[in-house]
Amino acid sequence: MTGFKGRDVISIKDFSKEDILHILETSKKMESPTPTLLAGKIMATLFFEPSTRTRLSFESAMESLGGSVIGVADPATSSAKKGELLWDTIKMADAYSDVIVLRHPVEGSARLAAKSASGPVINGGDGANQHPTQTLLDLYTIMKTQGKIEGLSIAMVGDLKYGRTVHSLASALALFGCKLYFIAPESLKMPNYILSELKEKGVAYSEHEKIEEVIDKVDILYSTRIQQERFPDKEEYEKVKNVYIITPALFKNVRKNLKIMHPLPRVNEITPEVDELPYAHYFKQAANGVPVRRAIIALVLGKVE
Amino acid sequence: MSEDKGREIPDIREGTVIDHIPSHATTKVMEILNLDGHNYVISMGNNLESNKMGKKGIIKVGGKFITEEEANKITIIAPTATVSIIKNFKVDKKMRLKLPKIIDKIIKCKNPNCITNVQNIETRFNVIKEEPLTIKCEYCERLMEADRSCTLDFVYSRAATV
Repeated sequence: MTGFKGRDVISIKDFSKEDILHILETSKKMESPTPTLLAGKIMATLFFEPSTRTRLSFESAMESLGGSVIGVADPATSSAKKGELLWDTIKMADAYSDVIVLRHPVEGSARLAAKSASGPVINGGDGANQHPTQTLLDLYTIMKTQGKIEGLSIAMVGDLKYGRTVHSLASALALFGCKLYFIAPESLKMPNYILSELKEKGVAYSEHEKIEEVIDKVDILYSTRIQQERFPDKEEYEKVKNVYIITPALFKNVRKNLKIMHPLPRVNEITPEVDELPYAHYFKQAANGVPVRRAIIALVLGKVE
Repeated sequence: MSEDKGREIPDIREGTVIDHIPSHATTKVMEILNLDGHNYVISMGNNLESNKMGKKGIIKVGGKFITEEEANKITIIAPTATVSIIKNFKVDKKMRLKLPKIIDKIIKCKNPNCITNVQNIETRFNVIKEEPLTIKCEYCERLMEADRSCTLDFVYSRAATV
């Protein structure tokens, strides 16, 4: 395991299994935060794209550890609007803060920011590329609810082609010997480059078109939104938008420990009646963003080992 | 005319000869070697007859011994190229070229929404696989399958199938 102090958090692929387990262990400790742990530390949040959960949970995490937050909420009000290069914006934020959280619509922006800043940079999502803290909170949620990650059966359903969340999660789960089920219509299947990566790592996976084919065999059902904005052809979107709607009728013979996860926001893929079932876990999953982000901030600032 | 002599191009006393360059890549090899401001004689021939290749390019750079690192960069777009160091009109050393593990600047990222394209940042790729050449952008992490026979504008012709 590599030390965490000063380390950037840009891509889940930069982290070994030991690194990931250490972050999850630290997250568990951070369920009850020490309110003065990050006193005097400043986090700069640069969100060049709308975000609710990521931004709020980062800010909540920092404040609950006694640190403070400065930020640019709307790029229209910042000098980026005047054409300032991201490199320069980051240099400034680096000078004003101890750690930077960046969300940016352009892929690779977080890696560039990490090169520009001398302090640690945390990627809060760079376009369709990476969102490592989401993957870490997904793993934390799985571990917390199932008591382990190793050897679980996990199904991912919905937009597996464009969804960065499922790509990163699949790569990370490959380290834990999980059995993976991918459920998607033909047009939204898991990309070949992810499947080849899984094959190379010897991961057991199978592809399906119906949730019913696998629902009784899994510990986690990870649902994703079919993202209208990603479809070049609206007719194609209309064809698949209602393919996977999760209703209570699906859960007749499922495992008792089954949990439904979703990175949120949901549109119509999980009906509100499902929220009442013991399997519904997506709001708890979102809540787990706070201890996980507390752990990440504290680790990169060197305040916990 | 014997194909290996490249006699259409005058010999050099000291320097480097890059031979067997695919014709479409000859000017690009010049660009990669960044010879702007070089004060010695540089001769270039292109579309020369070659038994093995049909047509080929050759570049003779007087007064400069190119490094292994520079030579390896050439292989990205000219896998057939041979590089010889010339001393006193004779071949002093033939370099064995190998593909570098990291490719800086030469290739443009295929992803239009990559920061390197949006803000004109110098590119950097990791070589994932040599055959077919598969590279990964260090910034946007996009995988590209690079077609080494098509090098126009240093933009490889297609992204890896996803």
